[in-house]
Amino acid sequence: MHWNIVADNFVYFLWGNTSIDWVFPFIHRPEGFFASIILAFTGILGAFWLGLAAGLMRLSRKWYIKWPAVVYVEMIRGMPLLLLIFWFYYLAPVITGQNLPAFTTTIFCFIIFTGAYVAEIVRAGVNALPRGQMEASRGSGLSHAQAMRFVILPQALRNMIPSFVNQFVSLTKDTSLAAILGVIELTRTGVQVDNRETVASFEIWIAIACLYFLICYVLTSYSRRLEAQLSRYQARDR
Amino acid sequence: MFSGEPARWMWEGFLTTMQISTISLACAMILGIIICVMRMTPFKPLQWFSLAFTEFFRNTPLLVQIFFWYNASYFVIPDVINNWLNDLYYWFPGPFTLFGHKFVGEWMLFNVELITGIIALTVYTSAFIAEELRAGIFSIPKNQLEASRAVGLSFLQAYRYVILPQALRIVIPPLISQALNLIKNSSLCMVIGVGEIMYQATQIESYHAIPFEAFSVALGIYLIISLFVSFCITMYNKHFMVQVRY
Repeated sequence: MHWNIVADNFVYFLWGNTSIDWVFPFIHRPEGFFASIILAFTGILGAFWLGLAAGLMRLSRKWYIKWPAVVYVEMIRGMPLLLLIFWFYYLAPVITGQNLPAFTTTIFCFIIFTGAYVAEIVRAGVNALPRGQMEASRGSGLSHAQAMRFVILPQALRNMIPSFVNQFVSLTKDTSLAAILGVIELTRTGVQVDNRETVASFEIWIAIACLYFLICYVLTSYSRRLEAQLSRYQARDR
Repeated sequence: MFSGEPARWMWEGFLTTMQISTISLACAMILGIIICVMRMTPFKPLQWFSLAFTEFFRNTPLLVQIFFWYNASYFVIPDVINNWLNDLYYWFPGPFTLFGHKFVGEWMLFNVELITGIIALTVYTSAFIAEELRAGIFSIPKNQLEASRAVGLSFLQAYRYVILPQALRIVIPPLISQALNLIKNSSLCMVIGVGEIMYQATQIESYHAIPFEAFSVALGIYLIISLFVSFCITMYNKHFMVQVRY
């Protein structure tokens, strides 16, 4: 066994050649596990707002608001992420007229892709609340938007937190696809070290899988516990 | 795009995607049922194994698993199996004629890439399927089992006639969506060179320099498949789903 190769390259798996200084973006060329986490976090942050907008649009009764959201969600949910990444990679230069780096491309793709799934979570969360909540808040004089903002969404979003965490886990797993475009994140560092050393494939891939497993498993069990806690406070139909 | 070489490649890619997904789905169902049954046996080590299996394979990326099975498993699998896998290429030589079309190339060849892809997809999906099955069976209240035992059915009879018919009804829609996920996930097998839709699309892109058309057609194929599957789920929910109240 060649575990010493994994030990030697472990810092490379975690950081790659990331350089940090006091010039504006502060983190230059994020690589390794660090880049995976940055991709996942930026992805989920963007996807939350995109998904919230798309989910609420899908709940609308006006067809010209509802249908764009329906088409967006159904199309994205029907295609593999890999296809979206390739599509965006080749299409973005045509639209914007300049080259888009692979890292930015994948961030956009993760936002667009996860946004569709978050939209479904939002829709399900809002629909899961009893109708009485909306009726009561309309009855007490709030407008539809106000009722949404102050009564429905605070409750719905709190109930959605476990699903968001699950979505974040699956996004973390999906960040490995950035490796195919050549973004040097955890999987790519694994490929690099594997190709260089050639004898330690087993150890390297086990180590990579364990790194992913660590973060995903912690989050999954956290979301399970959260779900059990939150279900006690949920408003229900009687 | 719709004639000559690109069209033929795309069609082969579609067939390969269908081939790899159906084979993996069948294997994953079997493996998933085995894992799920192991989880419910009273024998502790089996339970631990099943728990470790599902947790590990659900929480690591499929891409890493594919790389593992393709690059790394060679070092731990016995030589006999490795040699057998590498010789598979010579067992099914081309060309094939099917659907009135002559396949010269890769299709239907059980080469080592295809086998690796099938193994990776099977293991990954079976972990999800096992969880779905377990969730379905656990969603049936425990007193159903107790009542059927009290009526005089044996344990297996109770499962066969009371629990499973109800559980299956709950489980089937998530299973169908897992099948859809499997078809979408099979696109990842392009990284090891399985000639399915995405692989063929990138191939067409680099041979004929028509990225937009190639990926549009790939998108169209995936959308048709997924719309068909969600249509199946809707039809199933409409016709067979019975609302049960406990």
